[in-house]
Amino acid sequence: MAAETIRLDVARYRPEEDAEPVLQSYEVPLRPDWAVLDGLAHIKDHLDGTLSFRWSCRMGICGSCGMDVDGEPRLTCGTFLAEYGAGPVRIEPLKGFPVIRDLVVDIDGFLAKLSSVRPWLVREGEEPPLTAEYAQTPAQLDAYKQYSMCINCMLCYSACPVYVLDPDFLGPAAIALAQRYNLDSRDMDDRFDVLNLEEAVWGCTFVGDCTRVCPKHVDPAEAIQRYKVTAALRSVLPWSGR
Amino acid sequence: MIDVLIVGGGGAGLRAAIAVAETAPELTVAVVSKVYPMRSHTVSAEGGAAGVIGIDDSLDEHCYDTVSGGDWLCDQDAVEAFVREAPRELIQLEHWGCPWSREPDGRVAVRPFGGMKRLRTWYAADKTGFHLLHTLFQTTLRHPWIRRYDEWYVTSLVVDDGRVHGVVALDLRTGRVEAIPARAVVLATGGCGRVFPFTTNAAIKTGDGMALAYRAGAPLKDMEFVQYHPTGLPFTGILITEAARAEGGWLLNRDGYRYLQDYDLGTPTPTPKLRSMELGPRDRLSQAFVHEQDKGRTIDTPYGPVVHLDLRHLGAAKIDARIPFVRELCRSYQNLDPATDLIPVRPVVHYMMGGVHTDLDGATTIAGLYAAGETACVSINGANRLGSNSLPEILVFGRRAGLAAAAFARSHREGEPPAVRSQGDDERRRLERARDGSSVGSSGGERIADLRERMQHTLEGAAGIYRTGDALAKAVDTLADLCERAGEARVEDTSATFNTELITLLELRAMLDVARTIVACALGREESRGAHQRVDFPARDDDAYLAHSLVHRAPDGTPSVGLMPVTITCWPPGERVYGR
Repeated sequence: MAAETIRLDVARYRPEEDAEPVLQSYEVPLRPDWAVLDGLAHIKDHLDGTLSFRWSCRMGICGSCGMDVDGEPRLTCGTFLAEYGAGPVRIEPLKGFPVIRDLVVDIDGFLAKLSSVRPWLVREGEEPPLTAEYAQTPAQLDAYKQYSMCINCMLCYSACPVYVLDPDFLGPAAIALAQRYNLDSRDMDDRFDVLNLEEAVWGCTFVGDCTRVCPKHVDPAEAIQRYKVTAALRSVLPWSGR
Repeated sequence: MIDVLIVGGGGAGLRAAIAVAETAPELTVAVVSKVYPMRSHTVSAEGGAAGVIGIDDSLDEHCYDTVSGGDWLCDQDAVEAFVREAPRELIQLEHWGCPWSREPDGRVAVRPFGGMKRLRTWYAADKTGFHLLHTLFQTTLRHPWIRRYDEWYVTSLVVDDGRVHGVVALDLRTGRVEAIPARAVVLATGGCGRVFPFTTNAAIKTGDGMALAYRAGAPLKDMEFVQYHPTGLPFTGILITEAARAEGGWLLNRDGYRYLQDYDLGTPTPTPKLRSMELGPRDRLSQAFVHEQDKGRTIDTPYGPVVHLDLRHLGAAKIDARIPFVRELCRSYQNLDPATDLIPVRPVVHYMMGGVHTDLDGATTIAGLYAAGETACVSINGANRLGSNSLPEILVFGRRAGLAAAAFARSHREGEPPAVRSQGDDERRRLERARDGSSVGSSGGERIADLRERMQHTLEGAAGIYRTGDALAKAVDTLADLCERAGEARVEDTSATFNTELITLLELRAMLDVARTIVACALGREESRGAHQRVDFPARDDDAYLAHSLVHRAPDGTPSVGLMPVTITCWPPGERVYGR
């Protein structure tokens, strides 16, 4: 009996040859424990060495392998072929980002956004000697912990209807990261200048798709809504800080 | 001209970059990495980072645990420096924002870990490496003058007259090959687990930095010491952290029996006992698995024999509080819930104790060339690394290497030698030939993946948990043959843009060079010590082999192995005692 297979329709784009992306079909083994990423690796190793995509940890923590799978942004290492029944499965680069080649997108704009929110502990005065930690209770840790879990996979951007129309929108992950530091008891900034903008929290229309697609349950939508409250209060009560 | 060029954007590389940026702002510093820094494999470390902090703990005890855990092959001066500086580095990370787990009063919490006699492992739940890497990466963003070459693959070091002058690197996005001149270079590219077929290591762990140094003439050290972690998920090789056992998990054979009690690792107790049973060192636990397999007491699965890791008695609440990632990984990748199900696990290649030979400041034998982290071998890990020592290692020695490289760059201000341009040009022509197929031909040659699989199975067969001289000798020949064939492998992709097939071939060649050193060192060491177990030489032999293996690349490309003394300061070789 022939082994079961499934068809993967994979977006190909080689800027030297292709005017626009085209779908190329491959038959790969359908195994119960194979993720979409295993299918792609099978293509690269055994069928077509020219297919390019990013991947590394294959355990959902490095954030490299986000792609659009049958119209949904997914981590391909944690999305299983068996989910797609008889197939075919359409695999495309993450929507909303310029495509460099095949399934590889340009993430430099995203990284610039991350940098812009001052994603580090902002403190006043000299750093104390390296003999003791800053105290932080478990409750204080819990206040921001969820927002510290972002793996920078960018699925939330790909799902965000605002970002897809306006690439200047600061976007879910960067705002969640800003909140990760804002809500950290050791931090002394509120990042008001970069968050209280039309292209930042006020651009969000609260569709919530970012939270729905987040593989790490970071809940960027909540981070954004919470900051809207913070910013509104601060506008009314300028001394309220955070 | 870059003053300090760092190859690799993981924990060691970023820590080095920050050290340079903070202490020598007048110097230019660059990080060249084949992936964006936050994708680096540090991200996958789970359980924690050891650093003495408790009042009932002492630096001496951490040293002793490390030295005995390493079966006395560690350099004890390096261990002392490491243990002394680790707490300060972990506090530094805290000051930079790392979300360490906490005690109710706000102090950093510590947990037990394998082979450690005290509670000294700091943790951020069970995503310690993830938080550590992102904290470091975000801290580098405060220093915008740290120049980044993201997704550039370094293809060679420029070395002239015993001194490094920079690197040649390929920009994945454009296919451009460029010489990047630098006064000092730090290698921080991590390990090489991908030379084996079954590993916890990410796809990017292909030994690039080890191969770069080795080809440039710097020796590698103790390459025969390959750590198998006792608890990997079958098929994927995904790591289930040692913290699962530190929090009270049990290892059970097919009869539901805590088999470690049969291997001189202590007697079972309901709650974990330090340096005993499931909290023994990784080498001994992985070896015990093989004996259980030989006795027919493991469980067969389509992906090989397994034993069970039992966390059910911990309960969902404790699992969620202390090791939530274990639950997430089991649910997502193994379709089971550790709160109610047994986890199938088997030993999996995890870490290289060996690496580029360096001194305590990361200096190699090539002037201006430094190495830190898993790429390097200082050596604090000896014949077997203790869990939770590798994260503080990348911090302590990343910083040291960064500072030493900065000092070197400051005192060597001469301009760029002609070797840089000429070597850059040579390398460009060589890579273009490989890419356009004119050197190998896209129709001829073997598939890269086929050669890689052959290499991986050769390593697993000859250099696994138990080894024999015969199998190793055969592997020497097999790998030499594979090296030749990799020179003619088929590259179908002729594009200059993001040509991952070309990178895959360059990685395969790096892995083959490293694989040959592993096998050569393992063949040379006719004793059993730590993670290196020779069936034909089952005892430790301090008279002949209380020494590091040092392997050079001979002009014909074959590895040439010698020995080098181990530094002993306070802890003379003794028996490794666990559970009694």
